[in-house]
Amino acid sequence: MAALKMGARLKSTVCEGEIMVVIAPDAELEMTCGGAAMVDAGEAVTPSGEVHPDHAVGVAMGKRYIDEAETLEVLCVKSGDGSLAANGALLLQKDTKKLPKTD
Amino acid sequence: MNVMMLLEMASAAFPERPAFTDGSTGASFTYQQLFDAARQRADSIRNSGAERLVKLDVSNLGTPLSLFASAWAGVPYVPLNYRLTDGEIQALLARVTPAYLVTEDSRLSALGAVADVQAVSTGSFLDDAQHTNATAEPWAMDPEEIAVLLFTSGTTGEPKAAVLRHKHLVSYILGSVEFAGATEEDVALVCVPPYHIAGIAAIMSSVYSGRHVVQLPNFSAEAWIDLARKHKVSTAFVVPTMLARIVESLEAEGAEDAGLPHLASLSYGGGKMPLSVIEKAMTLFPNTDFSNAYGLTETSSTICVLGPEEHRTAAAATSEQERRRLVSVGQPLPGVEIEIRDEDGQQVPAGERGEIYVRGEQVSGEYEGRGSVTDSEGWFPTRDAGSMDADGYLFLEGRADDVIVRGGENLSPGEIEDVMLTHPAVVDVAVVGVPSEQWGEAVAAAVVAKAGTTIDTAELQDYVKERLRSSRVPELVQVWSELPYNETGKLLRRVVRTDLAAAQS
Repeated sequence: MAALKMGARLKSTVCEGEIMVVIAPDAELEMTCGGAAMVDAGEAVTPSGEVHPDHAVGVAMGKRYIDEAETLEVLCVKSGDGSLAANGALLLQKDTKKLPKTD
Repeated sequence: MNVMMLLEMASAAFPERPAFTDGSTGASFTYQQLFDAARQRADSIRNSGAERLVKLDVSNLGTPLSLFASAWAGVPYVPLNYRLTDGEIQALLARVTPAYLVTEDSRLSALGAVADVQAVSTGSFLDDAQHTNATAEPWAMDPEEIAVLLFTSGTTGEPKAAVLRHKHLVSYILGSVEFAGATEEDVALVCVPPYHIAGIAAIMSSVYSGRHVVQLPNFSAEAWIDLARKHKVSTAFVVPTMLARIVESLEAEGAEDAGLPHLASLSYGGGKMPLSVIEKAMTLFPNTDFSNAYGLTETSSTICVLGPEEHRTAAAATSEQERRRLVSVGQPLPGVEIEIRDEDGQQVPAGERGEIYVRGEQVSGEYEGRGSVTDSEGWFPTRDAGSMDADGYLFLEGRADDVIVRGGENLSPGEIEDVMLTHPAVVDVAVVGVPSEQWGEAVAAAVVAKAGTTIDTAELQDYVKERLRSSRVPELVQVWSELPYNETGKLLRRVVRTDLAAAQS
């Protein structure tokens, strides 16, 4: 369990997945990817172990993920085979509204 | 949270795709090359001990490289306006030392002599980036770090340096651009200057979407049309004066159609778009999607958009009210809130004029040395005047400071200008307040006649009188050959006011 900070980068320990925190809730929580706890992206950890079959849909670079209550939002910055979850609950992919290009 | 992350993702997803091409020299960067060069230059900037990177040059490959290398090195990027006088440039430079300056060869010796400035030419900045032996430490992820310091145009006094933090710029991009949303055929033509917020936003949003940017360093309508045809440009942003020149140039070619079949979208902003220009442009570019974007430096660029469908619906409408939406700047982006408030800070009813307030993650509202001017709830007063209709469409009505106070009555220049622009002989107009003994301020107008027509000023005054209350009829009307605009299309109202005041007295 740890408090997440906006801008923090975390990586999976069981796949190549990596995320950045966009909106952080005001509470401690456990972020997992592929069913295993995520670690700070700066840590020298190479992925090992197995992606849990219930957390194996994957994360896709450039997609944003939110929790049910929308108090947590993360951006996937590297794709991976594991799915993201907070305190055991799988995150949902956020739909982005297609906007006209303006600049 | 760091803008370098945008480039990191792009270079991982499409390393070999062309990222930037200098339209004048043809030199280019792929996404991987830009990423590698940013790492190399970040190393040099860190080793220099400079606390800011200043870029003083036209748009070229050194522009995106400076932005990303600064972000990587953890120093603010400060693009300066190369059109300022030497004295003005030196004064701004002295405010951002110790600085690493990237500039044209011709300025090197003079500016390199300024205290605490290490100057390098853009050419060597780019050449030295080829050495890929650098091993720069990763960039910081602190969202509070300053990404960009952007001097405002300073039309009312000494330029202010707007502070844009990584969290503002990244929020703007994540909220408005789809990652990898562009195809390999997508090409953006960027002609706004690098020291303008739209120029910075164009770099970031193109990178995040994976679009190829072609840079046009010095705008002319002919060069813009040539480059757009040559590179099969699919998207572009222009300020209203640029679009007016492009339309004129195409009309001079005698073409019924612009001959730019690849141009899927054309967006504009940065000033008021005359109805006649946008109507003509929509005829010349029948298959192009038009978007009107409204934003400020202090809001990390766009906060409101009028989209393509809304353009078409308004253009095809028969009622005056629906047609009027063509000059609206549209509705707020997701995550952006807008309110119109009166002088006492109270929200005004739909349709009424007031000052535009904005709130959102991308809104900075902060100036260096002055702190944030947002209120305790995060609302930023834009100093722009406007109104919002019942459906949430925003209309701009000039700067809040441009209000004319005549005999205690507040008059909006925009309302009077809109009426004068409907006169068949008027192509451009600026309405300002000039000092008056009787009224405090009197209404005065400078008008430009359409080619081949002449303006009878008395008849024009009658024309306004038939449509508006008599207090709004300009007491002084002068016919000018053109109105003064700055290079990014902002009307220099102050110049109009000074000249008309001199004529009045």
